[in-house]
Amino acid sequence: MSDPAADLLQTARALRAEVGAGLHDQLAEALYTDAAHLADRAVTRPDERPRFDLDRAIDRLVTSRTWGFPIMILLLTVVFWITIQGANVPSSLLATLLLDKVHPALKDGASALGVPWWLSGVLLDGAYLAGAWVVSVMLPPMAIFFPLFTLLEDFGYLPRVAFNLDRLFSRAGAHGKQALSMTMGFGCNAAGVVATRVIDSPRERLIAILTNNFAVCNGRWPTLIMVSTIFIGSAVPAALAGLVSAAAVVSVAVLGVLLTFAVSWFLSRTMLKGQASVFSLELPPYRPPRIWQTLYTSVIDRTLIVLWRAVTMAVPAGVVIWTISNVHVGGESVAEHLVSLLDGFGWLLGLNGVILLAYIVAIPANEIIIPTILMLTVLTARLSGVGQGAGVMFELESGNAIRDILHAGGWTTLTAINLMLFSLIHNPCSTTILTIYHETRSLKWTAVATALPLLLGFAVTFTLATAARLLGWA
Amino acid sequence: MSLNPDPGHEQPAQRTLADLQPGETAEVVALHSDGAERRRLMDLGIVPGTRIIAELRSPLRDPVAYRVRGALIALRQSQAVQIEIRSPAPEMLS
Amino acid sequence: MTMTTNTLPGSACATCPMNRHLARLGVSMDSWDYVVALAGNPNTGKSTVFNALTGLRQHTGNWPGKTVARAEGGFEYGEKRYKIVDLPGTYSLLATSADEEIARDFILFGQPDVTVIVVDATRLERNLNLALQVLEITDKAVLALNLMDEARRHRLVVDERRLARDLGVPVVPMSARRGEGVGELLQMVHGVATGEIRPRPHRLASTRDAALDRVLSQLVARVEAAFPGLPNARWVALRLLDDDASIESAIRDGSLGDLSRGLQTAPVAERLALTGVAS
Ligand SMILES: Nc1nc2c(ncn2[C@@H]2O[C@H](COP(=O)(O)OP(=O)(O)OP(=O)(O)O)[C@@H](O)[C@H]2O)c(=O)[nH]1
Ligand SMILES: [Mg+2]
Repeated sequence: MSDPAADLLQTARALRAEVGAGLHDQLAEALYTDAAHLADRAVTRPDERPRFDLDRAIDRLVTSRTWGFPIMILLLTVVFWITIQGANVPSSLLATLLLDKVHPALKDGASALGVPWWLSGVLLDGAYLAGAWVVSVMLPPMAIFFPLFTLLEDFGYLPRVAFNLDRLFSRAGAHGKQALSMTMGFGCNAAGVVATRVIDSPRERLIAILTNNFAVCNGRWPTLIMVSTIFIGSAVPAALAGLVSAAAVVSVAVLGVLLTFAVSWFLSRTMLKGQASVFSLELPPYRPPRIWQTLYTSVIDRTLIVLWRAVTMAVPAGVVIWTISNVHVGGESVAEHLVSLLDGFGWLLGLNGVILLAYIVAIPANEIIIPTILMLTVLTARLSGVGQGAGVMFELESGNAIRDILHAGGWTTLTAINLMLFSLIHNPCSTTILTIYHETRSLKWTAVATALPLLLGFAVTFTLATAARLLGWA
Repeated sequence: MSLNPDPGHEQPAQRTLADLQPGETAEVVALHSDGAERRRLMDLGIVPGTRIIAELRSPLRDPVAYRVRGALIALRQSQAVQIEIRSPAPEMLS
Repeated sequence: MTMTTNTLPGSACATCPMNRHLARLGVSMDSWDYVVALAGNPNTGKSTVFNALTGLRQHTGNWPGKTVARAEGGFEYGEKRYKIVDLPGTYSLLATSADEEIARDFILFGQPDVTVIVVDATRLERNLNLALQVLEITDKAVLALNLMDEARRHRLVVDERRLARDLGVPVVPMSARRGEGVGELLQMVHGVATGEIRPRPHRLASTRDAALDRVLSQLVARVEAAFPGLPNARWVALRLLDDDASIESAIRDGSLGDLSRGLQTAPVAERLALTGVAS
């Protein structure tokens, strides 16, 4: 039987010789000749060119040799500064409301109804508290950060970032459009991994996938913001606190970008050898964003969706946390056993057992790290009034409660800095891991994408902790 | 080599797009790349006869953004050297 | 029929009567009368048009490559139910990156009843390159001349009547983000879908080269023999003559045949599988 497909390919090869190699050129030229002709007939340009071309002036500035990079850093800092300043008050208001007012009311209601202690524990001290923490820690910063980021995106700034960074990517043997998937990763790594589809070379696409995790995603911003506000912002005069905390967050983000370059460079010289392939990037015209529409859609579409995901992850996590904190084996709760099991390794990394346990509980979503850490600290450090396992000892005064909890948990500046680093450098969340598998269909590369940042995170935090201890800083 | 050659001046043969300084205009003579890369460039409208203006240099000098048929397109220098150019015909300058 | 009667001047149309017929159906669709594809260069506002018609909220953003997978939604207009497919942007049907391949496959083989080509009015020349390629393969097309507000801001005047006459398809000026022109677009899509409007698109003289035509028709016959019922066999033949590796592999592994049966090809991820990358 003759195979029509093979037959077809053979005929094509034979005829190709007849047509010659210039076919594509001929078509492309003909198309553009026509296009130019048609456009010329249809479009009338203004007679005099405007003396001042605003788009060009902006482009000259944001890609200039002197100002290009400072402006990127400055914009990022301003975005976080606004986020941190703006989120502070609403966050503590929400915490006061949900944790200080609603939670005790619910507890009272439950005991009035005669609900058994374990049920009200699992539901109110576990599920409800975890959800409430997520809402108060995440909602305000997200509701400010997303709209700001979307405005920058709609204006057309992101491709300029890619343009400015391209040389570094090409040095690292990576694709210029990796800058775009990286910026998408600042929203969500799973989205960033999907966004690598714009890269047409498989090698470079894999590099982009494997390194996307170094773009700090929205689940991790709240951790960074909170920790830097409490431990770094508070170390400087109040007037500078917001700015310094923002600078600390930006430093972590910039470190993530530097790691992206370093790891891409490493990959393209070891596991994924090859040359950077060609790339072209269109820089779109600046378009004034529609402010209100952007605010509306980014709050509705992004913030609430992300928040909802976080809450659905937090609720079961809360149940788990409460359960392991209240099931006792040999006089100590399961959580305490686990924490003391992990404490040694945690100490080596300049972290502690609670943080490591939190990172295990929070594999489904980075968003719930902070609530998990807080709840575990409260539940295992036997803080005042924790008998029935709640976090109800909060005298909430603009985040001081969180600080008190963490100090009670034995946190130092080293713990805070290493938590920020570990937050940047650890395994991707389970959603991202699944997406990586879906995009690569390769267990091997999925495993690499998971293990590589985790091991790197161990190495970095261990090195820093050891150095700090040897130098007597901690 | 002078930094800002007079755009109307005769250039030596085999100038490539990489030689074009920001602000200068040129006309594409030929593409010396092939395969997918050549296709992609042509899809973007870079075909013989196309008029190109170098517009922006990135802070690290590479890539450079070129104005091609109304759009601003960034190309790495490794690609730009594959695109042969000449000074535009006088009537194109008007 | 002439096209001039089909093009209405752009106007804000939130309140005009024809808009009343639009019922946005979101994703809740189990059956439809017509399928509409949104084709166009990257960053021309396809997802914005999609959102305006379906009431969905596809992410949009001012950079090329925001949409990387196809998205589907529905709307009802003039008693007909439409499925509309938002596609990644593409510069050309000859393109090769993963996201562009998704767009190309649907435009060529998804057999849409109407293809709406969304173009950027401020970048008409480069956008027409793709528009002309799409018009090479289908008659049932509408050109959405989007971003007219930006064109006005840059003081460009676009003569949409002349463009419609030159191209031979309806041209609808619009500013999708403000909802301008949506009503006219719906009218045209409806007209073309139902056959009330029969566009007769402009065809490229240079692909009508006699020698090329002879070779092409020889190859087209082979393509049709190997893949009966495949739409756009001529395009496939052209790509083969042009030594396009992706088409060759689609023929070898039979996925081109799946396309012709109206199926979406293997899940995108499978086709993009990176397992083959050397380690
Ligand atoms: N001023 C103005 N902006 C628009 C209009 N339509 C879309 N935009 C903006 O243009 C940008 C691109 O719009 P998208 O809808 O994401 O474009 P797209 O064609 O889907 O882009 P890709 O998915 O990347 O191919 C966004 O920032 C939109 O807000 C319009 O009519 N006027
Ligand atoms: Mg889109």
